[in-house]
Amino acid sequence: MLSIKDMDNEQTTNYAIKLDIFEGPLDLLLYLIKKNEVDIYNIPIALVTEQYLQYLKIIKELNLDLAGEYLVMASTLIHIKSRMLLPPPEEPEEEEEDPRAELVRQLLEHKTFKEIAESLGSRPLLERDVFTRAAILPEEIKEPTGEDEELIEASVFELIEAFHRIVSQMDKKELMEIDLEKLSLTDIINEIMDRLSVTKNLNFEELLGGRKDRRRIIYTFLALLELIKLRMVKAYQTSIFGVIRIFPAVE
Amino acid sequence: MEKIKAVIEALIFASDTPLAPEKIHVVLPEVEKTEIKEIIAQLVSEYNERQGGIILQEVAGGFQFRTNSELAQWVKKLKSTKPHSLSPQALETLAIVAYKQPIVKSEIEDIRGVDVGGPLKGLMERKLIRIVGRKDVPGKPIIYGTTKKFLEVFNLKDIMDLPNIRELKELHQQQELLEPGQGVLDQEQELMEQEVLEEAAPENKAEDTTEDIPTL
Repeated sequence: MLSIKDMDNEQTTNYAIKLDIFEGPLDLLLYLIKKNEVDIYNIPIALVTEQYLQYLKIIKELNLDLAGEYLVMASTLIHIKSRMLLPPPEEPEEEEEDPRAELVRQLLEHKTFKEIAESLGSRPLLERDVFTRAAILPEEIKEPTGEDEELIEASVFELIEAFHRIVSQMDKKELMEIDLEKLSLTDIINEIMDRLSVTKNLNFEELLGGRKDRRRIIYTFLALLELIKLRMVKAYQTSIFGVIRIFPAVE
Repeated sequence: MEKIKAVIEALIFASDTPLAPEKIHVVLPEVEKTEIKEIIAQLVSEYNERQGGIILQEVAGGFQFRTNSELAQWVKKLKSTKPHSLSPQALETLAIVAYKQPIVKSEIEDIRGVDVGGPLKGLMERKLIRIVGRKDVPGKPIIYGTTKKFLEVFNLKDIMDLPNIRELKELHQQQELLEPGQGVLDQEQELMEQEVLEEAAPENKAEDTTEDIPTL
């Protein structure tokens, strides 16, 4: 695990990138609950809070624009955690509510609407699944069609985790090397697209090739996020939490 | 009788938008509305039985011929336009507006946990949602609701045709009973909700409601 201090130098602070593909703190929490296979009604708040804060660190390392909502949620989690540490009052005046109740309610509602959105998206949509005699709809709706049915689209959080695994495997010594190679996001984006046109799909490590210096990794990751956002590539995995492979969006 | 059926079929075919039985009644004043509805129901089942390329679908308060959804892959090739898709964020925001309308931005943000300014703007541009009014609270926030185009695009008869909407509304009402203190506001909400639903319902308003969206 890299500390913020490690990363917080000029090299990484001279760029700032805002990506709107992050799905928000509630999504991150749902992801953590699913990943740890814990009961949503009985969230182990200490564990989830710790992991949540770890994610915030990674996002910060990437210099991604960290939306305020993530910090609000962090403070909410810490607040709940501290309330749960307090001993219950000896003579409770009224029924104490579980400090997690409000958060659980929010998470459940969020989850419900995620599912509803999915079911809405899978309806027979005009100009995607059904067509009228002459429907002239300039702004039609089309969902990316999943040709590979057995593949699951990877979430941003899973990408971050893959990125983090590689960064933490890095040899610390390499951090000291002065890298004279001039890198730009555009170059890397082009490189990724070139390589994907030759090979059908690549995983994150293959994308990096042998060059595993920090700048390279960060730039490659940012390029990947950008490409996903532009819908030029897609990240899939064969199972939840499986290896993430990058595919070109159009064959 | 058979002649009337043919006329109705022709009218639906010739209409650019889903044709409401009320409009058919305007063309055929001598035929009772109930009879028109019966004949349409016959047509619908005839097309269903035929299992051909076209079905007669009730959508957005009217009836429209649409291609069978199982044939999408071929029809798509003919219509080579490449439509841009709705992002998951936009879809989720749309789902919240559809199920909880009338709703203000801050209420959507409570559920999504993130700013929804971007998705709302996109949905407005696509005319899937519209401004239905302003809430009578400090700041007079804008109230959003879905449009007729939303029903057309998502193949829905009316808002109550959304899957599980009744269950969700009941759940919502139960929650409100458990959380007193907002009584007056809730009643107002309820009234507005009624209006929006009526507007979206076929019987009460057949003309296109998407055209008069005020721009922000």
